[in-house]
Amino acid sequence: MTVSDSEELAAATPAAAAATPVTVASPRASREALYFARRNRKLLAGLAVVLAFLVVAAVGPLLTDHGPNEYVGPASQPPSARYWFGTTTFGQDVFAQFAHGLRSTFLVGVLGGGLAAAIGMLIGFTAGYRGGVVDEVLNMVTNVVLVIPTLAVLLVIATYLRVRGVIPEALFIGLFSWPWVARALRAQTFSLRSRDFVDLARLSGARGGRIVLREIAPNMSSYLFMTFILLFGGAVLTAATLDFIGLGPTDGISLGLMMNNAVLWSALPLGMWWWFVPPGLGITMIVGSLYIMNVGLDEVFNPKLRKL
Amino acid sequence: MLRLERVSKSYRVGTFGGRELVAVREVSLQVRPGEVVSLIGESGSGKSTIGRMILRLTSVTSGTISFEDRDVAAFKGDRLRTYYADVQGVFQDPFSCYNPVFKADRVLELLRGPYFPGMDGRRWRDKLEASLEAVRLDPGQVLGKYPHQLSGGQLQRMLVARALLLDIRLLVADEIISMLDASTRIDVLNLLGDLKARGLGILFITHDLSLGNYLSDTAVILHRGQVVESGPADRVFGQPEHPYTRSLLASVPQLHRKWDRRSHAVPEPAGEGG
Amino acid sequence: MSTVTLKVDNLKVWYRTLRGDVQALDGVSFGVGDGEVVGLAGESGCGKSTLGKSLIRLDGRMRHVGGTVELDGKELPIADSGRMSGFRFKEVSIIPQYAMSALNPTRRIGRMVAELLESRGVRADGVHQELLRRLELVGLDPEVLDRYPIELSGGMKQRMVMVLSTLLNPSLLIADEITSALDVSTQKAVAEALVDFRDRHYVKSTIFITHDLSLVYQIADSIIVMYAGKLAEKAPTDALVSSPRHPYTRMLISALPEVGVRFGTRRLRGIPGSPPSLLDPPTGCRFRDRCPLAFEKCAEQPPFLEVAPDHFAACWKAF
Repeated sequence: MTVSDSEELAAATPAAAAATPVTVASPRASREALYFARRNRKLLAGLAVVLAFLVVAAVGPLLTDHGPNEYVGPASQPPSARYWFGTTTFGQDVFAQFAHGLRSTFLVGVLGGGLAAAIGMLIGFTAGYRGGVVDEVLNMVTNVVLVIPTLAVLLVIATYLRVRGVIPEALFIGLFSWPWVARALRAQTFSLRSRDFVDLARLSGARGGRIVLREIAPNMSSYLFMTFILLFGGAVLTAATLDFIGLGPTDGISLGLMMNNAVLWSALPLGMWWWFVPPGLGITMIVGSLYIMNVGLDEVFNPKLRKL
Repeated sequence: MLRLERVSKSYRVGTFGGRELVAVREVSLQVRPGEVVSLIGESGSGKSTIGRMILRLTSVTSGTISFEDRDVAAFKGDRLRTYYADVQGVFQDPFSCYNPVFKADRVLELLRGPYFPGMDGRRWRDKLEASLEAVRLDPGQVLGKYPHQLSGGQLQRMLVARALLLDIRLLVADEIISMLDASTRIDVLNLLGDLKARGLGILFITHDLSLGNYLSDTAVILHRGQVVESGPADRVFGQPEHPYTRSLLASVPQLHRKWDRRSHAVPEPAGEGG
Repeated sequence: MSTVTLKVDNLKVWYRTLRGDVQALDGVSFGVGDGEVVGLAGESGCGKSTLGKSLIRLDGRMRHVGGTVELDGKELPIADSGRMSGFRFKEVSIIPQYAMSALNPTRRIGRMVAELLESRGVRADGVHQELLRRLELVGLDPEVLDRYPIELSGGMKQRMVMVLSTLLNPSLLIADEITSALDVSTQKAVAEALVDFRDRHYVKSTIFITHDLSLVYQIADSIIVMYAGKLAEKAPTDALVSSPRHPYTRMLISALPEVGVRFGTRRLRGIPGSPPSLLDPPTGCRFRDRCPLAFEKCAEQPPFLEVAPDHFAACWKAF
């Protein structure tokens, strides 16, 4: 059964309760949401942690007067008053690396997550709204991207691009992490598309793109928000993984790169915990807090999960 | 004004689109200016599909729908928009017709851009108030409110006001009062009656025969996608000829008249229904 | 009526919400005789569904504030869900609203029936013959037990639910809007099946909840009209329809279009305004604001008194 016919069929059978899983956000609901948001411990705790790291990323590099990769101090020193996170085997300031690395991590997260969100929304909304052939083609594209072994592709790319920066990494992550977003948005758009207010918008002379933007997307705003947070966290984690196995940027510094270097230069057997614990803990805490924030947001937006 | 000629709608269902489901089969009817045509049928009869086809929300499989002797299916872009300035629809569930994220009067505002570009605020406001008063709504009570703050009757009437903003010639009313309480139904029906007296043509789609009879000039009875009987309302309800119409009339519960208690064999629609 | 099956005395049930208590049922008293089909009619928000539900189970948001319910002379512990479970399905049974949409789509009907009976402590094979007999009575093929709910039409599902709810011959059956989503012809079949069950003594008394006054006129022995959480009028069916004593009932009846009444010849009138909010209900008669007959005494809540043999109304003008 072709998809467009099926939803036309659904519109034809009268009063079939369209039980949409979408949490609807009316302005009264967003005031309620704010009320619950202020009280949700998961959300507040997660947000606090992420903001704390953000502050370090913003302010930290200003507190050091040398670059992250400069050889400034004595090698392999544990944390001291001078070098808060100690130094590496080459005498680089670990704290400076950490602070600059956070910047790079956040940048990748925002760019990569943002790109994935954009692509996912474009494909998901289009497939869900248009249905029919368009939907089938986009589904195929989604499936293809889903099954591509990203690591293998990355390895191939890495051999061709000798010099890689943060932007290409973000681009790569963005181009490959959108399929689940497209799937989820497609499903939601389907269920919203058969609602009467979409028909009414059509009867008012509005065209497809406008309807999606002005009628359908606002009904999913909470979901879109949560999606972006998940994509951000996912991008950070993916970037750290790629950096750790050496497929990250060839210049600059990031948390994953720090851990890569630490392992390469035997920090663990040498007992230089100050080299790999900060970045590892940093990544874990950022991504973990983002996911906890997401769970908290789910409770805030979905009235059924709220604890009264 | 509006004419349907042997209009059919079928869907392909089953794996790989093997089977065909015919929702509407060769239906012909017409609506003249100032005429109320009741399209009466039970669920699964295809009446909503016909309404949607007239409103260009669903495509036609075969047959022609013409408005003022021009084929509706051929309208595109601006021509379609002009069509919507003449023909509008109101649907069954008032709460589903309003986007819950926005205020209720947004459905009126949505028309401003495409249909009244460049109209200044003062004149737009006057026009809004005139339309709302024509449906007997107090502008002060309904403007600026969210859908959940208004009642079903008010929402339905606002949808009629929206149609009136455009000065339409034909209204497709699809079960517009079935979700309203008995005390508000009559008000909306009387409103439609007044509009009809002013020259509006109405296609009144319903499953409720007593409502159909109250308002309409012509009645069309639909069963499983086909027209089984049509004609002047008095005749269809007074001297029904088709056995389906007769059994429908016999099953309608009415005050002051009890059912004939011998059970008739009920034709069961197969599969999903009700 | 000789004996009284159900006696409700000053029942008050409120809903807890974020904004306060909604006084959905505010002091309701009436009786249902043996073998009687009582139609409970009213518009949305009047409390009829709440009344139906409170006789068998108070859901989490409902709170029993006062009043008693007696069934066959025994008091029903409606405030205590645990103790009520001994009565449910066996003495009091309900066909909830949307029941036919609530059938588990992944279970065959027969299996669902067996599971339901087991959960109530009844052996499924013991009632199997009776089940088959009743299915035949409502016009359902026994092989319907092997089907999935999606294969049945709305009317068939509704009749299935009816058979299931009455399988253990309850004293009181509460039917909550069982015909609302059905077509006119199946509506008639289902409503007549309900009366048939009473005639065959499968059920002693029935409360038929609906918003459709003309439907309830067809099958009920007496009708109760509710408004804003209180009873407005109760009378035998013919008496209520031919000589209604409460203004609300009168206006409701005159707002019903019949086949034969046409807009041009006789314009029907609705009831302007809307029911009061039950969060903070007004003092005095709740219909006061919309009533054309209101006068100063209406500031005091009229009692629900007998104005004619077996005919009760809550209106100062009716006394």
